[in-house]
Amino acid sequence: MNESSFDKDNPILRAALMRGLVSRRSAMMGAAGVGAAAFLAACGSAGKNPSSSGGGTLGGTIAPLASAAPDMSDTEKLVNWSNWTEYIDTSSDGKTRPTLEAFTKKTGIAVNYTEDYLDNDEFYAKVRPLLQGGKDTGRDVWCSTDWMVARLIRQGFVQKLDRANIPNVANLSDSLTNVEFDPGRLYSVPWQSGFAGIGYNLKATGGRKVESMTQLLTDPALKGKVTLLTEMRDTVGLVMMEQGKDISKFTDDDFITAIATLQQAKDAGQILRFTGNEYTEGLAKGEIAACAAWTGDVVQLQFDDPNIQYALPQKGFTLWSDNFVIPALAKHKKNAEKLIDYYYDPAVMAQVVASVNYISPVKGTAEELTKLDPKLGKNPLIVPTPEVMSRAQVFRGLTAAEENKYNKLFSALTTA
Amino acid sequence: MAEAAVLSTGSAAAPSRRRRSWVPYALLLPGLLWLVVFFVLPMVTLASQSLQEGNVDDGYVFTGNVGIYVDALQQYWPQYVRSLVYAGTATVLALLLGYPLAYFIAQKAGRYKNLILVLVIAPFFTSFLIRTLAWRTILSDDWFVTEWAQKLHITDFLQAVGLTSNDSLLSSKFAVIMGLTYNFLPFMILPLYTSLERLDPRLIEAAGDLYASAWQTFRRVTWPLSLPGVVAGTLLTFIPAAGDFINARLLGNTQTTMIGSVIDSQFLRVLDYPLAAALSFILLIIIVTMVSVYVRRAGTEELL
Repeated sequence: MNESSFDKDNPILRAALMRGLVSRRSAMMGAAGVGAAAFLAACGSAGKNPSSSGGGTLGGTIAPLASAAPDMSDTEKLVNWSNWTEYIDTSSDGKTRPTLEAFTKKTGIAVNYTEDYLDNDEFYAKVRPLLQGGKDTGRDVWCSTDWMVARLIRQGFVQKLDRANIPNVANLSDSLTNVEFDPGRLYSVPWQSGFAGIGYNLKATGGRKVESMTQLLTDPALKGKVTLLTEMRDTVGLVMMEQGKDISKFTDDDFITAIATLQQAKDAGQILRFTGNEYTEGLAKGEIAACAAWTGDVVQLQFDDPNIQYALPQKGFTLWSDNFVIPALAKHKKNAEKLIDYYYDPAVMAQVVASVNYISPVKGTAEELTKLDPKLGKNPLIVPTPEVMSRAQVFRGLTAAEENKYNKLFSALTTA
Repeated sequence: MAEAAVLSTGSAAAPSRRRRSWVPYALLLPGLLWLVVFFVLPMVTLASQSLQEGNVDDGYVFTGNVGIYVDALQQYWPQYVRSLVYAGTATVLALLLGYPLAYFIAQKAGRYKNLILVLVIAPFFTSFLIRTLAWRTILSDDWFVTEWAQKLHITDFLQAVGLTSNDSLLSSKFAVIMGLTYNFLPFMILPLYTSLERLDPRLIEAAGDLYASAWQTFRRVTWPLSLPGVVAGTLLTFIPAAGDFINARLLGNTQTTMIGSVIDSQFLRVLDYPLAAALSFILLIIIVTMVSVYVRRAGTEELL
């Protein structure tokens, strides 16, 4: 830098330099080592079914079977449940979870409830190496979104449920009993459902309503104050429906057109960010004027601030469910099934819904909910009317090759 | 008597010298093993992974697909440039902020020296994520910082130079660079402090005696003597800042994505491991090249 004023051959200076730098180098190498270890953890090259050809169609190849571990349910009265954050009822002081406690009281099974399911992709990246290596994940049950369940079944990472232990599953809503990714619900049953639509803050929009995706993506009044979801199926699904497509049977071209529309909005500076659940904070503050949002989140925000509004676009919105699945080698499968059975009692589910404000997949919840809180029982975002349900669409299942291709396109949009 | 002592130590020294020949290597072994397991092996895996093709369901096969590096650069060069510019700016800011502070702690703080050093390190007691989230609160629209910045027309200035895109501070280039500077500042201060702490005040006195002005003293005595600290500090700030993905995600917007976020998303969301590995490797190569040029220019290459 300053070579002229700095005599390299001066022994005193040399010694000073030497002392200063030698130790630092080792510190840096150590840091590099830690970073590299993180990379190693992410590496792994064997696939689950190396024999099958790349673009096998959905259900065309028989999914590999998940291996079961000896069930210790009878000796260990325990079940390990991983779930999303703020996705279960809590007592008013936030310290206990009443339905879980009641379950333990009733069955003697302790629930180790962990809120470590932050994001489908992130959670998958966490458990995949274990499942791949034929190791126990330490979890007996977790709740994955539809498309992730499809992937887990395809890769043989989840076990078939024993219906004998879940008699209450008869209460499952008719519309959810036969889904494309799990015909006959052999591997999964829903925990909560919800819509992805548009949330907005009247204060930040200047009293303006935001009711369509076109408005969200082009209205100059919202410029730089719009967020979309990192959940590809919700964000792209909403745009495709706006463009008049049926997301249960769209084509490559439909997908690419939707991505192009999103790219345009992004390049124009309309979109602030792509987010997970964290949009709630910005929406409440008004830093985000309008965003693609999940029903439950917005209903919760509305309690505190009536300026927060929710719109279900006329042209359609996505309907998704997060589903209980039991991973391969789970040690307490029967306990997990008892847990699922417990939550399929409408009275129990109503308590959960009253707290999380999503849509229950259990028949009879609406009546129980009305008993708990008549206002909630009438909220169309929690107990949707048949008219609302008729506009909801479910994103179709993707083959591995499609999923790969679409993920790439979507991530180029969100990160580039 | 003295002779006897010398003789006796001499005879005792003979076997110990032979032992000394392997002791240093034995002591190096754990460190070398660590490096092999946690540095060399992952590097090799990463390099090999970047040249594979396939997908998660069917597995990855090594095909020597070098083209992926071209694709990666073509698609993501703006993110590389952006990362280097942000990290570079943050490093310069950290140096400007950290140097006077390090000098003060080393030379002037007296008995408060340890206290201030602890304060510099104190942020490490909470998680990196929490500290970055705190910046979201600090820079948010309804907090006094933004309000004052608006009153003082700082927001107008930032908007004019293109560091923000409207009259708020959050979700902008400005916020990302601030976050990077803040998060890596201690890495700048500590090495600077160790260099400056060894600075003999008598040298500065001597410069004064020889009629050097304060500026001349700084330029010809203090700065060159602190150079090892400057080099180490800038490297320790720049390298992690260039690969950072938290600040851009939490404080930025869609136009401020850094390469770290791209790699993170390719590894964890898209599950395109080869592309992610290639992107990481390119970043590694860029940084190693820049660092070696920098160290050479700084004139301390024989010491690093």
